[in-house]
Amino acid sequence: MSRIAARFKTLAAEGRGALIPYLEAFDPDFETSLALLKAMPAAGADLIEVGMPFSDPSADGPVIQLAARRGLKAGATLAGVLDLIAEFRKDDQDTPVILMGYLNPVEAYGHARFCEDAAAAGVDGLILVDLPPEEADILEAPAQSAGLDIIRLVAPTTSDERLRYVLSHASGFVYYVSITGITGTRTASAEDLQAALLRIRAATDLPVAIGFGIRTPEQAATAAGIADGAVVASALLSTLADTLDTDGKATDQTLPRVLEQIKGLAAAVRAGEKKAG
Amino acid sequence: MADPAAQHSTAATQANSLRHGPDARGHFGGRYGGRFVAETLMPLLLELDQAYETAKADPAFHKELEFYLRDYVGRPSPLWFARRMTEELGGAKIYMKREELNHTGSHKLNNVMGQILLARRMGRTRIVAETGAGQHGVATATVCALFGMTCVIYMGATDVERQKPNVFRMRLLGAEVVPVTAGAGTLKDAMNEAMRDWVANIADTYFLVGTVAGPHPYPAMVRDFQSVIGDETKEQMQAQEGRLPDVIVAAIGGGSNAMGIFHPFLDDPSVRLIGVEAAGCGLDSGKTAASIERGRPGVLHGNRTYLLQNADGQIDEAHSISAGLDYPGVGPEHSWLSDIGRAEYVGATDDEALKAFELCTRTEGIIPALESAHAIAYAAKIAPTLPKETLLVINISGRGDKDIFTVAEHLGVKL
Repeated sequence: MSRIAARFKTLAAEGRGALIPYLEAFDPDFETSLALLKAMPAAGADLIEVGMPFSDPSADGPVIQLAARRGLKAGATLAGVLDLIAEFRKDDQDTPVILMGYLNPVEAYGHARFCEDAAAAGVDGLILVDLPPEEADILEAPAQSAGLDIIRLVAPTTSDERLRYVLSHASGFVYYVSITGITGTRTASAEDLQAALLRIRAATDLPVAIGFGIRTPEQAATAAGIADGAVVASALLSTLADTLDTDGKATDQTLPRVLEQIKGLAAAVRAGEKKAG
Repeated sequence: MADPAAQHSTAATQANSLRHGPDARGHFGGRYGGRFVAETLMPLLLELDQAYETAKADPAFHKELEFYLRDYVGRPSPLWFARRMTEELGGAKIYMKREELNHTGSHKLNNVMGQILLARRMGRTRIVAETGAGQHGVATATVCALFGMTCVIYMGATDVERQKPNVFRMRLLGAEVVPVTAGAGTLKDAMNEAMRDWVANIADTYFLVGTVAGPHPYPAMVRDFQSVIGDETKEQMQAQEGRLPDVIVAAIGGGSNAMGIFHPFLDDPSVRLIGVEAAGCGLDSGKTAASIERGRPGVLHGNRTYLLQNADGQIDEAHSISAGLDYPGVGPEHSWLSDIGRAEYVGATDDEALKAFELCTRTEGIIPALESAHAIAYAAKIAPTLPKETLLVINISGRGDKDIFTVAEHLGVKL
C-alpha cells in the first residue's frame, strides 16, 4: 500500500480527516524549508504538500507568487526540491509528501527521469496545476511505473460528466479546489462544500481533500470534517513572510510561528468530528 | 478568382493541406498547442470551443462580422505598392498590406471584433484582456465601448510607462487599466494576471486573448479571425499583378498578424513565408525576444510552444524595444511551421527596427509601429538581393504614432 493510501486508511480508522499543510521549497532558503518540513509531522501535519517554485504561477494568488519568487531567488531548482525531500525521508518514512507545481520545469527535467528521481527521493504524489487529464498522457505512464500518484484537481466548474472523466485519471486522493479563483483568496461555505462532496463521492472511492481558501483552524476543521482532508497553504506562507527580515531572510521567529500555527490547525482538525459522508 | 465566400472560409480543401490544424485536442503537428490550464478553466475552454464551432458554422455570425469589419473596422485594407522604397532598395517589388489603416491603428481589431461578437453570443458582459504595446488593449476597450461592456485590461507596469498614449486611450474608452508589477512588468506578467482574473470571475467574464497563443481554441480562433489579412492580400495581389506574391514578411511577437497573413498561403508552396522575431540587442545578447530562434519547446500560458527559458524550465524575461513583441513565447502554430520548414523565422534587432522605422516614414510617408518595423527591417535586408520581378509583401500590422516617444528617446530628441 502506498504511503498516501496507508495514511488515509489510518485516519479513517481514527475517525478524523487529515491536515495537509503546504510549504514552498527554498522559501526563504533550503535550510529553513528543510527544517520546517522536518518539524511539520510533529506539529500535526498528516500529509505535506511541497510547492515547486515556478516563474509564472498563473493559478496562484499573490502570497504563493511571492513565496515562489523567494524560492527561486534562493536558487530553487527541481533537483534541489528533490534533494529537500530526500533529506526529509532520511528521518521520516511515513508522512506522505506531495509535490505541487507547474508542468514546464518538469518538462525541462524530462518527464520519465523526473518521475523516477522523485520516487527515489521519497515523493508520493504529484499535483501539476496546468496538466489536465486531456494532456496527461505524457506523464501518466512514467508516474505509474515509478509508483507515483497523480492527484487530480476538481473544481466547482467541473460538471458531473466531466467529474467521471477526470476521476478516471486520478489516484492517491482527489484535491477539491473549493472556489473558482486563485489560491488564498475566497473561502467556500460549509453548505457549498457539503454539496460538492456529495457529488465527488458519488464519482469516486478515493479520499478527498479540500484546498484553496482555508485559513483558520475552524475552516480547516470544517473542511476536514466534511471531506477527508484540508489543505492550508497561503495562510501559512503569509505567516512565514511576516517573520522574515527586511532582506527577506529567515529569523528566529520563522520556524516557531509557522509551526505554532500548524499546531493550532491540527488541534482543531483532531477535535473536529468526522461527519458520515 | 475564387468565390469571395470561400475566401473568408478557413476550411482547407486539399487532403494533405497544412491548413487543417489543429486536431481536436488543439495540437498542431501532434506536439504544439493544447490546453494546459487548471481544472477550473477546462470546462470554460470546452464551452468556448463549442460556442466558437457553432458560430463558425452559422452564416448569420459571418454576416454580422463582415458588417462590422466593413463599416466599423474599415476593411478591406489596401495593398499598397511602395514605389519609393522599392526604388531605394533596388530589388524586389515591395507591397505593403496596410493593416495600420484599420480603426484603432492595427490588425488587432480584426480578432477583437470576432471575439466580442462571440462573447455576446455567449451572454458574457465583462471582458478581460492582456496587452503589451497597448494595441490589443485599445482595440478591446474600443469594442467594449461600442457594445457597452465592462472592460478590464491587464498591462505590465513597464509597458504602462512606455506606452502612455495607449493607456490614456484605453481609459478614455472607459476601460479599467490594471498595471501588473509582477516579474518584469511586461506582456507575460499581464497574461498571468488576466488568467487569474478569468478564473476568479468565470460567471460573467470573457477572456479576450489578443494573439495566436494561449490554450486551445484561442490560437486557432484568433488565426481564423486574422486570416482576413491573407485572404484579402491574395485577392488584391491577383487583381494587381495577376499572380501570387513570392515572399511575405511579417513581424512576430505572439504572432497573430503573421499567422493571419500566412495562413491562407500555407498550401501555396511557391510563397516564401518569413516571420521576423524581435532580436532585441542581438540574438545572442541574452536580451532578446526571439523565442523560436533562441528558445526551446515548453509549456506556458496554456500551450506548448517555443519559449525563452533557462535550463530548469523557468521562463526568461524577453527584451525588445517594441512592447508588442516583448514576449518569451510564440503562437504554437508558428512553432510547428518552423519545425516543418514551411515558414522561416529570422530576427531583427532594436537598431535595425529603428532604421526601418525611419526608412518607411521617409520613403512612403507611413509611420509604422515599431512591431511592424521589424518586418520592414528584414524585408529591406533581403529586397536588394532579390530579382526585380519578385513580389514581396510586408504586413504593416500597425501605425507608429504610439511609438514616437520611444523613437525620439533613441534618437536623442526631447519632445
